[in-house]
Amino acid sequence: MKAFIALEDGAIFEGVSFGASGERLGEIVFNTSMTGYQEIMTDPSYKGQIVTMTYPLIGNYGINKEDIESSGPKVEGFIIKEKSKITSNWRSEKSLDEYLKENNIIGIEGVDTRSLTLHIRTKGAMKGIVSTIDLNPKSLIKKAKNSPGLIGRDLVKEVTCKKSYKAEKILGTRDIPRLRSGQEGQGTRKKVIAMDFGIKYNILRCLMGAGCDVTVVPADTKAKDILTHNPDGIFLSNGPGDPAAVTYAIEEIKKLLGKKPIFGICLGHQLLGLAFKGKTFKLKFGHRGANHPVKDLKTGKIEITSQNHGFSVDINSLNKEDVELTHINLNDNTLEGMAHKKLPVFSVQYHPEASPGPHDSRYLFKRFTDLMDTYAKKN
Amino acid sequence: MPKRTDIHKILIIGSGPIIIGQACEFDYSGTQACKALREEGFQIVLINSNPATIMTDPETADITYIEPITPETVEKIIAIELPDALLPTLGGQTALNTAMKLKEMGVLDKYNIKMIGADHNAIKKAEDRKCFKNAMLRIGLDLPRSEMAYNMEEAKSAMKKIGLPVIIRPGFTLGGTGGGIARTEEEFEKIATLGLQNSMISEILIEESILGWKEYELEVMRDRKDNVVIVCSIENFDPMGIHTGDSITVAPAQTLTDKEYQKMRNASLAIIREIGVETGGSNIQFAVNPKDGRMVVIEMNPRVSRSSALASKATGFPIAKIAAKLAIGYTLDEIRNDITKVTPASFEPTIDYCVVKIPRFTFEKFPEAKDMLGISMKSVGETMAIGRTFKEALQKGLRGLEIGHIGLDSKQSYKEIPDEKIKQRLEEPNASRIFYVKYALQKGYSIEDLHGLTKIDPWFLENIKDIVDLEKEIAHYKRRTKKKNNLPAGLLLKAKQYGFSDAQIAELTGSNELTVRNYRKRHFIKAVFRLVDTCAGEFEAYTPYYYSTYETKDEVRLSKKKKIMILGGGPNRIGQGIEFDYCCCHASFALKELGYETIMVNSNPETVSTDYDTSDKLYFEPLTFEDVMNIIDKEKPDGVIVQFGGQTPLNLARRLEKAGAPIIGTSVKSIDIAEDRKKFSMLLKKLKISQPESGSTTSTKKALKIAKAIGFPVLVRPSYVLGGRAMRIVYDEGSMLEFIKEAKEVSGKHPILIDKFLEDAIEVDVDAISDGEITVIGGIMEHIEEAGIHSGDSACVLPPHTLGDDIIETVRKYTHSMSKALKVKGLVNVQFAIKQNTVYVLEVNPRASRTVPFVSKAIGVPLAKIAAKVMTGKTLKELGFTEEKKVNHISVKESVLPFSRFSGVDILLGPEMKSTGEVMGIDTSFGMAFYKSQIAAGQALPKNGKVFISVKNQDKRNIIFIAKKLEDMGFEIIATKGTYKALRSNNIKAESVGKIGEGSSAILDYIKKGEIKLVINTPSGEKGQSDSKPIRSAAVMRGIPCITTISGAQAAVNGIEATLKNDFQVKSLQEYQHRINVV
Repeated sequence: MKAFIALEDGAIFEGVSFGASGERLGEIVFNTSMTGYQEIMTDPSYKGQIVTMTYPLIGNYGINKEDIESSGPKVEGFIIKEKSKITSNWRSEKSLDEYLKENNIIGIEGVDTRSLTLHIRTKGAMKGIVSTIDLNPKSLIKKAKNSPGLIGRDLVKEVTCKKSYKAEKILGTRDIPRLRSGQEGQGTRKKVIAMDFGIKYNILRCLMGAGCDVTVVPADTKAKDILTHNPDGIFLSNGPGDPAAVTYAIEEIKKLLGKKPIFGICLGHQLLGLAFKGKTFKLKFGHRGANHPVKDLKTGKIEITSQNHGFSVDINSLNKEDVELTHINLNDNTLEGMAHKKLPVFSVQYHPEASPGPHDSRYLFKRFTDLMDTYAKKN
Repeated sequence: MPKRTDIHKILIIGSGPIIIGQACEFDYSGTQACKALREEGFQIVLINSNPATIMTDPETADITYIEPITPETVEKIIAIELPDALLPTLGGQTALNTAMKLKEMGVLDKYNIKMIGADHNAIKKAEDRKCFKNAMLRIGLDLPRSEMAYNMEEAKSAMKKIGLPVIIRPGFTLGGTGGGIARTEEEFEKIATLGLQNSMISEILIEESILGWKEYELEVMRDRKDNVVIVCSIENFDPMGIHTGDSITVAPAQTLTDKEYQKMRNASLAIIREIGVETGGSNIQFAVNPKDGRMVVIEMNPRVSRSSALASKATGFPIAKIAAKLAIGYTLDEIRNDITKVTPASFEPTIDYCVVKIPRFTFEKFPEAKDMLGISMKSVGETMAIGRTFKEALQKGLRGLEIGHIGLDSKQSYKEIPDEKIKQRLEEPNASRIFYVKYALQKGYSIEDLHGLTKIDPWFLENIKDIVDLEKEIAHYKRRTKKKNNLPAGLLLKAKQYGFSDAQIAELTGSNELTVRNYRKRHFIKAVFRLVDTCAGEFEAYTPYYYSTYETKDEVRLSKKKKIMILGGGPNRIGQGIEFDYCCCHASFALKELGYETIMVNSNPETVSTDYDTSDKLYFEPLTFEDVMNIIDKEKPDGVIVQFGGQTPLNLARRLEKAGAPIIGTSVKSIDIAEDRKKFSMLLKKLKISQPESGSTTSTKKALKIAKAIGFPVLVRPSYVLGGRAMRIVYDEGSMLEFIKEAKEVSGKHPILIDKFLEDAIEVDVDAISDGEITVIGGIMEHIEEAGIHSGDSACVLPPHTLGDDIIETVRKYTHSMSKALKVKGLVNVQFAIKQNTVYVLEVNPRASRTVPFVSKAIGVPLAKIAAKVMTGKTLKELGFTEEKKVNHISVKESVLPFSRFSGVDILLGPEMKSTGEVMGIDTSFGMAFYKSQIAAGQALPKNGKVFISVKNQDKRNIIFIAKKLEDMGFEIIATKGTYKALRSNNIKAESVGKIGEGSSAILDYIKKGEIKLVINTPSGEKGQSDSKPIRSAAVMRGIPCITTISGAQAAVNGIEATLKNDFQVKSLQEYQHRINVV
C-alpha cells in the first residue's frame, strides 16, 4: 500500500506501507545506528516521534523477545529504505512487519531515507505525519502543521509506569549484563529508586548488574515518598519530549538534591539541569545514533556513545561554581555530562546502558555505586 | 597528546611486488602514511622493491630505496640513514616479517631504532599461533578448540577430545600442503598421517571444524591514550572455509543484532588491548555459529591490510593515514575527519548504503588448476560496489568485475545445467558459485535447500531470489517488444534500484542497451549520485566521493572549472594491475597542476586512484559504458582520458566517443588502426617497417590456411585482450585447432590473430611520448627472455645491454615514424623482435603500458604526467622533455609469478602472461642489477652449492659457457644424461642423474633434501615438458630459483659473478636521479 510522509514545511516523501495502516502524527527524526532497530523502536524516549533509520536495510535479523527496551514499540511511525523479506538470526521469533502489525505501528519502506535525512539535517527536526489513508499532500501538510509538536508537551505521562514495581519482577534475573570485573558494586547490594520517565529495560539491567536492587516508581512520585523508602541512591531515567514541560518532576528533584546520591541519564540529566536552575534548549535535529564521541573531561578518554535526545542542557546557563562539566560531545561541543561540586549528584546526556550501541560507558553504573558507597560511609 | 618530538626520521618498509594476498592495497596505505607523516614534518625513508607504486615515486618519501626487501638490505639502509623509528605495520606481512627479523638480528637495538605502531611483542603475540591462543583464553574469549599433536597417538586422542569433523593443519610445510578436513575416522587417519609426514617438524594442529559458520571482520583502531574505535564491520557472503580474500564480502554486517554486534565489538576492544597494538589499525576475524550464536575468534592482523583498505573505501575513513598519525603520538580526537571537517576522527563511521566486494579470479590462466576455493587465497584482484541496497551493490559489483557479466545475468540457460552439476558447484566453493546460486533459484531450489548446500546465509540468498524474481517479471515483457520498449516505468525504476544494468534489461526484453538507456531517460529514470560521508548524512560532507543509485536527490556539486575525467582500470587481474593505476594517479596529479578539476572513475578499492585525496572528485563506479556515461551526462567533462587505465577504458573508447564523450589524446581512430591487424599491416607497409608475417580471420578454416602459408611455428591469439590471454605458440595443425576454439571463447566476435613466431629473437620494448609533433623516447628495454615469452613475464633491462647501436637506432627511427603516422598524442608503447639483425615490429599500443612506471623511475622522468599534459594540448617543448635521457646506471625489471598458489600448474613461461607483479633492481652493472632483481623477486641466486642443469638439444652449445662459469665459481653441477655428455665432452665436471621420464627420481630427492640451490631447465617438446614438470614444481614449492631459458641462465651467471666479487651496495632513487640530471 502506498504511503506518504508529509513535513510541516511542505516536503513530501513517498513509500510503501508495512505494519499497521492508518495515520500518525509526530516529530520526524533520524537515527544513524546501523544495528538495533528493535531497541530503538521500543525505547520510550521516542514517544511522539516518527523515526527514520538512515541505514537502508532493516529487519534482517527479525525481532526477538529479549531485545525489547520497554513493553513494546513506542515510536509513532517507522520509516526505512528496504524491509527484509525474511529474517535471519537464530534468536529471531518474528518479522519486523508482524511486530509492527501486532502493535499497531505504521511502517513505511521504499523511502529515500537519505534525502529525508538531509532535509531534516538542513531544516531541522520538524512536525510530520505518516499516512496510508490520506494521500493528499496538501491535506497532510496541513495536518502536520496543525499538530501539537514536542515543545512544551509532557510526553512522560504517556510512558511512565502507573504503579511502582521491582525491576527483577519484570526482567527476571536472566540476561543481566555481567559488567566487566571490577565494575560490580562493592559490598552489599544497593537499594535504588528509579524515577520512570520512560525508562529503558537495559538501564535496569545495568543497575542490577552493578549490584543494585531497583524499585521503579512513576514519574509523579513525590520526593518525600521516595525518601521514605530510605534508598541508597536515586536514579532519574531517560524519557521522551521537552524536559521543561515536566515541571512536577523538576520540583520533586529539587527536593531530593543533597538527600541521597543521584544519577541521571538523558531526560533525567536534563531535568537535573533544570533543577540546578539551568536552561535546556532544542537541538536543530538532535543526536540519535550509536557513534557519537564523548570526552570524559577528567580522564581525557573518549567514549563512543549511544545517543537519543532532541534537547540539551545549555552549558552557559549552568552555575559553574556548583556544577562541574564532566563530559562533552566532540562533534558539536554540547554538554554530555555534569556533576554537582558539593552534592552527590551526577548525570549524563547519553546512554551508558547502550542498547543499541557501544558499551564504552558502562563504568558510569559503577561510578554510581561507588558514589553510594562513599556517601554511606560519610553519613 | 601532541606529536612525538623524540623521533624525526622514520623508516617505512613497503610490501614489495604484487603477489596473491598482498597487492596494491599496501601502495594505498603506504602512500597515505608517507604523505601524512611528511605533512607533520618527519623525514621518511622508504624501502620497496616495487617500481609500479606511487609510494616509490621520488616525491612521496624523502629518501626512497628501490632495493630488495630483505633484513640484510634494510640493515644496509639503516646503517646509512640512521632512522630513529621503524613503522612496520603498513607494508603487509612482508614488512612485518622483515621488521621482526631485524629485531631478532639485533639490528634495531644496535642502531637504537624504536618500532612504532606495533612493537615486537605485540606482533609476536598476534602472529604466533600458541601465543595468540593463550592471549585469547586469558581475556576469556572463545576459539575453535584445537590441540597440537606430534605423533599418531596424540593426534587420535586430540581428535577424540574435539570430535569430528576436524581440520588438520600441518605445521611448517611448504605451500600449505598436506592439510585437510576429516569427517570420518578413516579420513582422519589418512590426513593426519600425511600431515605428520609433510610437516618438517612432524607437527599437526587438530582443530574443531567451523566450516560453514558465519564469518565477520572488524577493523579496529587504537591510539596512545587507549581510545579504541571500530571503523567498519564486514560480513562474508561466503561462510568460513573460504579465504576472506576470496569471499564476496559485505559492509556493514547484515545479520547481527545489536547485542551480538556489541559482543563482537567488546571482544575486538579487548583483543587489541591484550595483544598490545599500541597505536594504529588491526583487523580481527570472528566466526559465529548460525545455529546458536557461539562466537569464536579466528585471527588478528596487527597491521593495515586488504580489509582495512576496503573498510577505508567503504566508509570514507582513511585507516592508514590515521594509523600513521597515531603512530607519531596524536590521539584520535586530535585528528579531524577530512570529510566532515568539523568532527574528530574519534568516532565510528556509520554508513547509509551497502558495500559489496567481489574477488576477481584468473583461473583461466592456469587451466591445470581447479577453480576451487579454500583457505589459501587465489584471487588476484577485487572490485567494490556501493549501492543503497545489497541487491544494487551486488549487481553493480558483478558488472564491475569485468569478466563478461553484465550483472547477475545468465551466461548459461539454467535448463541446460544438470542437477548434479548445480549441486556440485554449490557444495564445493568455487569462483562462479554466485551464478550457480542463481541457476539453482531459477530451477526452483528453495532458500533452505541452497543454505544447506552452500551455508550462505539465508538473508543473502533471499536477496538474490529477489533479483531472480524481478528478472522473471522483466522478461515477461520480452515477446511483446521488438525494438520499442514497453516496460512499465515503475518496473524499470525498480529494476534499476535492484541494480540491473541497461544491457541486462535489454537482454531480458530483447532490446538493445542504447534503446533501454534512451527509453529510461525519457521517463526521467536517471542515476543520481550520493556521497560517501562517514556519517549517514548527519553532517555536511566536503569531500566529493560519490556512488550512483536510483533515488530522488542528486548530491553532486558541479563546478565551473575545466574538468578532465580519468577512467581507471577496474579490478586488478593478471595483465592489468597496479601499473595502470599508477598512470591514472599521475594523470590526475599532472592535470591538477595545470589547474583542471580532475574526476576519477574506478571500482578497485585497493588502489591509490580511489583514495578520495587523489583527484578532485571520485566516482566509485563500475567501468561500463552505462555507468561511465551516467557520470559524463552529469559532469559534462571537457576531456575524457582512456589511455591510462589499461584495456578496460580503451575498450569503451569507441562507444563513449560515439555517445559524444570528448576523448582526448590519441584519437580513437588511431587506436583502432593500431589494434586492427589489417590496418596496422598496411600502415607498416607504407612506412617500410618489417613485421612478422601474419594474418587474421574469424573463420577456423581460413586460420589453418593462413598458418600453413606462414609456416609453423605460429603465434595465435584473440584481438582486443590484454596480457596475452589465450595466446599460444603453436607448432602443428592439431594444437592450432584446439587453441582457435579457446581463443574464440575469450574474444567472441573479434578476429583471431596469427603471426609467424620468431624463434630465438630478442624482444625489445619501447615507451615513448608524442605530442603529435615530436616523439621522445622514454626508455628502450631489452628483454632477458627471448621472444615468445610474454613481455609482462619477461625480465628486461634498461638500457639494452647486448644490442648494437645500429639496431637501437632503427628501433628509435621506427618508433618515431609510427608515432607520427598514428598521430599519437600521449604515451605509446612498441614491441619489437630482433632476429638476425632485422628489426620487426610486433605491436604498437598507443596507450600507457605496464612498463611506464619502471621506465619513469629508471630515467627520472614522470612519463605519465607529461603524457597527460600533452593530451590537454601542451607540447613536449613547453614541458621541457625533448630528448631521450641518458642514464649510466642499469635498471632491471623482473616479474613475479604466482605458481606456488596453483598446485599442479607448470611454471614454464609462454606467450600468455602469468605474472602478478614486478620488482626493480638498480645498480651500476648489469650483473648486480639483475642479482638484486632476483632477490627482490624472492628467488635469491646462490653463491655456492649444487646446480642442476638439464637443457634441450638446441641449447646444449650455449649451456657450455654458462656451466663453465659456474664451475669456475665453485658450483657443483648435476645434469641429466644428454646435458651431462655435452658438459663432459667440454671438460666440465658434472654428476649424472637419470631423467624422471625414464623412471628415476634421484633428482627429486636431491631437491627435496634441499641440496640443489639452482635449477636450469629448458625442456623441449610436450613430452620433455611434462617429464620435467615435477622438477620445476618441486623447486618452486621450495623457493629454489628455477630458470627455464638460456638467456635467463646467462643473466643469472652474470649476477652471481658480480655478487661474488663484491657484496651489493644500496643507493637511493633520489641519488640515482640526481646523477641523471647532473649528466
